[in-house]
Amino acid sequence: MTEEIATDVVIIGAGPVGLFAVFELGLLDLRCHLVDILDRPGGQCAELYPEKPIYDIPGFPVVTGQGLVDNLMQQIAPFAPEFHFSRMVTGLERLGDEGFRVTTDDGEVIRARIVVVAAGGGSFQPKRPPLDGIEAFEGKSVFYSVRRMDDFRDQDVVIVGGGDSALDWTLNLEPIARSLTLVHRRDEFKAAPASVNKMKELVADGRISFQLGQIARIEGEGGQLNHVHLTTKAGDLSIPSTRLLPFFGLTMRLGPVADWGLELNDNLIAVDTEKFESSVPGIFAIGDINAYPGKLKLILSGFHEAALMAQAAKKLASPNERLVFQYTTSSTKLQRKLGVVG
Amino acid sequence: MKIFVTDAAGIEHELEGLDGWRAMEVIRDWGVGIRAECGGACSCATCHVYVDAAHFGQLPAASDDEEDLLCSALDRRDNSRLSCQILLSEALDGLRVTIAPSAAGPA
Repeated sequence: MTEEIATDVVIIGAGPVGLFAVFELGLLDLRCHLVDILDRPGGQCAELYPEKPIYDIPGFPVVTGQGLVDNLMQQIAPFAPEFHFSRMVTGLERLGDEGFRVTTDDGEVIRARIVVVAAGGGSFQPKRPPLDGIEAFEGKSVFYSVRRMDDFRDQDVVIVGGGDSALDWTLNLEPIARSLTLVHRRDEFKAAPASVNKMKELVADGRISFQLGQIARIEGEGGQLNHVHLTTKAGDLSIPSTRLLPFFGLTMRLGPVADWGLELNDNLIAVDTEKFESSVPGIFAIGDINAYPGKLKLILSGFHEAALMAQAAKKLASPNERLVFQYTTSSTKLQRKLGVVG
Repeated sequence: MKIFVTDAAGIEHELEGLDGWRAMEVIRDWGVGIRAECGGACSCATCHVYVDAAHFGQLPAASDDEEDLLCSALDRRDNSRLSCQILLSEALDGLRVTIAPSAAGPA
């Protein structure tokens, strides 16, 4: 049995709004754990547009997605939030007045007084190729990520895609696979040039093969793949294959949020605009995942929601404590928490 | 100017387009179901549409970024574009697009 982690607040989603919630909650002495399906902070800012400029963050005429995330990480560092990356929250159970028990797909159990859902557009999941019957092969011979290299040792591996994941795994698996074929629809790759060059060397040396085309059909039995059929300009092609790794990027799905008994409105969590609390007391929802009249899906709206949510969360967590509203510019108490005065 | 958008259910919507808007923004603004997850940053492929033959050739060529993303769309066809990269103008009056299955979202 895993040991339970105890904290004040679990934040589901480590995008910009979840990160800023750490700040607002931290000023009120609430400690946070964050759970995110990605392997790093930033959510959509980090996954979808790290290099793209954002022009509507107050005080920043222009900032990139990654720049904003880096700044937020620096801003919340004094509150030492704990991150659980590459994890999805699968269970959310109410423990009477004691708060909630949050379970992740890795078996971690976190007990918290407050839960804040800051899950944006949902959790990022790999895009599944529209191939008949692919579900039966998933986790057996078709994988969307490499968790154990050994699953690919001495196998006939087909990797599909032209991004960093496809190229990185082509290079990493080549030494241990029996054969390896990279399939991409274009002869251009959106990956680090060094990886692309290395891949081309491997092709030139005859150690891997590259096919310009797309995957049309997979064939096998009992979840075990034996052939991948490709459509190429030169015609149809069938490759003996025992492992398939499609890397078509990520897409967002609402995921388990739908199962937690929260009132939803078009797959968004309905909240009030005073506390940004869901229909379940103690569970708040901020950022793109919530819905209320007049809602705008802007990062800055999420920041505002985080500030108001934190006040309500504090009252719930410490009902007998008188909450005095303070400014970071003038309160030495707050400045001490931020580590800017001794 | 008008644009005609066929949704996931095959229903065609006649929408008032606006000069200088992106097709994705018009589709989303009128509440026709399109996912458009990244909000127009040319960073996902969830505003993928098929463009009618009469207008496809009039569009400026796709950027490398758009081309890469279209490659990640699993239902790409020869007339595929990302609707966030289609800047509307009077010249595109009457544009007809169909939302690709992978981009269809709740209205």
